[in-house]
Amino acid sequence: MDNAATTIHKPERVKAAVLAAMDSFGNAGRGASEPALNASRAIYETREKLACFFHGENASCMVFTANSTESLNIAIKGLLSSGDHVITTVLEHNSVLRPLYECRERGVELTILDCDEKGNISYEEMEAAVKDNTKAVVCTHASNLTGNMIDLERVGEITRKKGILLVADASQTAGVYPVDVQKMGIDVLCFTGHKGMLGPQGTGGMYVRPGVVIRPLLSGGSGVDTYNPRHPDRMPAALEAGTLNGHGISGLGAAVSWLEEKGLDVLREIELKRMRQFYEGVSRIPGVTVYGDFSSDRRCPIVSLNIGDYDSSEVSDELSVTYGIVTRPGAHCAPLMHRALGTTGQGAVRFSFSHYNTEEEVETAIQAIKELVNDQ
Amino acid sequence: MRKKEKKLVVTFHTTADAMAMEKACREHGAPGRLIPVPRSISAGCGMAWCTALEDRGKILQVLKERNIEQEDVHECML
Repeated sequence: MDNAATTIHKPERVKAAVLAAMDSFGNAGRGASEPALNASRAIYETREKLACFFHGENASCMVFTANSTESLNIAIKGLLSSGDHVITTVLEHNSVLRPLYECRERGVELTILDCDEKGNISYEEMEAAVKDNTKAVVCTHASNLTGNMIDLERVGEITRKKGILLVADASQTAGVYPVDVQKMGIDVLCFTGHKGMLGPQGTGGMYVRPGVVIRPLLSGGSGVDTYNPRHPDRMPAALEAGTLNGHGISGLGAAVSWLEEKGLDVLREIELKRMRQFYEGVSRIPGVTVYGDFSSDRRCPIVSLNIGDYDSSEVSDELSVTYGIVTRPGAHCAPLMHRALGTTGQGAVRFSFSHYNTEEEVETAIQAIKELVNDQ
Repeated sequence: MRKKEKKLVVTFHTTADAMAMEKACREHGAPGRLIPVPRSISAGCGMAWCTALEDRGKILQVLKERNIEQEDVHECML
């Protein structure tokens, strides 16, 4: 039950695609031999599938990276300059916060929007925070700690109205909720392949709206224009220096097809059912504190909790050793969210569900929490 | 080496455009194949779409219909 960190069980076709790629791929974009073309074709196919999946304008809008962290670093460091102002929220992961802090050291002005006691931001405050020199809003689609979502369509309305950029972190939602970059007004979308997308670790990417120019974080081999001392500025090559993870990307392409065949709505309904079952089972147990807003099911299938003042690491370890239940304790790389919830010292035990978790497994987890509470 | 003849060679700015071209040509039944960019065109590297001279019309049609941006269209001995 640690699917917000990574989904352990991948569809068979994802594994088969990676294996087949490892048996037949040369280096994509390096020559036109059959092995090189095999890799180039698979990467292009996945690029097209992702453009369709996120409703990007065309395949060249989709850039491959190793994960959300790399995508966010490219976007944040490549868009912001000294003198710019940027808005973010306390819901963010360190993959957003740390690049922003680095930018702040280089002269970028940073506003971090607070949240209420349930972990929700105010859109009015966001709009009011926009200034003349505001370049972008950088925000997550969902907190990796509480599962609360930010309404990106509403944020997109604000950013479009104000003429600024929206950089969205879909680490927790890609593959769970439909993300339509054009409808939502997203200028840059950052995602990882190994969570809800059900692809291999080491895969991820970003969508960049045509016309948005990002200074590359890396330059180097591109397979084209070798004698030009500058890295090519055409997308997607502009943001893809070095050999791509063709093997992993091939698996990611298979994962996207699997998700589309099964249907995100169908998979998410199972995940939210498990989340709701668990939440109902544990939230009324005296001594258990659950964090986040469960007033609707428009959220990610995450339930973070604490038992009394027990160290979350001890609880998670006990769940693992005694019950074989996999969870994530500690701070989840979300320092400001923990500070807002008052859990900086204790951390929290995060249960995050996937479609392959069963009703019985959830019941076992509820019973385990009850037993641990009684053991206090 | 094969005997050289004049061919039509379309170059692209990115590998992604070259791959889009291959896919589009296959779907349109347009002839040709991807080749490494010949030295006579560019001393760099990359992939180009190579086909017979008489296929120019079909190839330009595919580029236009699928909105694929080419770098240039050459005729060269290959």
